Amino acid sequence: MIANTSVTGLLLAVVFGAAFGWLLHRGRVTSYNVIVNQLRLKDFTVLKVMLTAIVVGGLGVLLFVNLGLANWSIRDANMLAVLIGGSLFGIGMVLYGYCPGTGIAAVGTGNVHALVGVFGMILGAIAYAFSFDWVSSNIIAAWRLGRVTLSDLTGIPHLVLYLIVGALALLLFFYLERNRASLRP
Amino acid sequence: MNDRARAADTAQTDRIDWTPYLAGAGIGVLSWLVFVVVATPIGVTTAASQVAGGVASLAVGSAVVEANSYWARHPFRLDYGTLFLVGIFFGALASALSSRQFRIETVPSVWRERFGPSVGKRYLAAFIGGAIAMYGARMAGGCTSGNGISQGLQLALVGWTFLLAMFASGVITATLLFRR
Repeated sequence: MIANTSVTGLLLAVVFGAAFGWLLHRGRVTSYNVIVNQLRLKDFTVLKVMLTAIVVGGLGVLLFVNLGLANWSIRDANMLAVLIGGSLFGIGMVLYGYCPGTGIAAVGTGNVHALVGVFGMILGAIAYAFSFDWVSSNIIAAWRLGRVTLSDLTGIPHLVLYLIVGALALLLFFYLERNRASLRP
Repeated sequence: MNDRARAADTAQTDRIDWTPYLAGAGIGVLSWLVFVVVATPIGVTTAASQVAGGVASLAVGSAVVEANSYWARHPFRLDYGTLFLVGIFFGALASALSSRQFRIETVPSVWRERFGPSVGKRYLAAFIGGAIAMYGARMAGGCTSGNGISQGLQLALVGWTFLLAMFASGVITATLLFRR
């Protein structure tokens, strides 16, 4: 494994980050209109990008973990924190028109309002750091389930779950492409 | 959408000929590489918090920041996470320039159609929205990238709970905001 602050690690960070930014732009999710119209259910580009990334990425990572070339990197499910945080995130994403990653990418494509939102992000992070002790003991600690996966919860193997998610995604994509004309804003 | 707004939107996005599926598959393959090579899944907001710590130390002094229990865990430094953010910026810039999509945008057409052409109003919403999104992401333990994609692709409960909460809240908020 490559250390986080080694020269190789830092170079790879820029290369992988650039690949991610490139892909976000090519996937058109650096556009305010595309993201907001997803949440207005008028354009499903965001879901297409995300579900494809999850299924393709998940199947590959499952293979590499089984080959001993990678490890799972699963985070704690602090349920109250993720429910409240995720809900706040949804509200912020509609006002901003971006999530943090696509916002930074959008600055690179010339979107000045995305840069203003990056300054807002910095303020939000500062506010979180100063409220962290309270959030940690009152919200994060309130309902912790640990590093569990959907496979642990249901007893269904990872591979089968990917196939189920993939099949549902394909059905959704097929439906969306057939009805493309009527879903245009 | 009026004709002018449609033309502006078309200029920004329609010349990109990648389907969203290809971009999504690309992000999936990129995830394989980062899991195998650097063992640090794609994410944005942990590193953004580190940067915020650096900014805060300019405003309130480094003693205050070092004493903070959150920044003690996530100190500002040049590491994989913070340089990944620099990479995102330059990757999107390179893609926009090479596809001739780079364009200065202050008020996007969907916003203008609903809330008017005021630049100040758009900037205010972007600033407040960015702050709320970041606060929520840190509480949840990650954003669309770190939680939604990186945890989601591992089928982690935290990732899928985040995706559901985010989309439910986002769809309700967007419906209320854009209702005429």
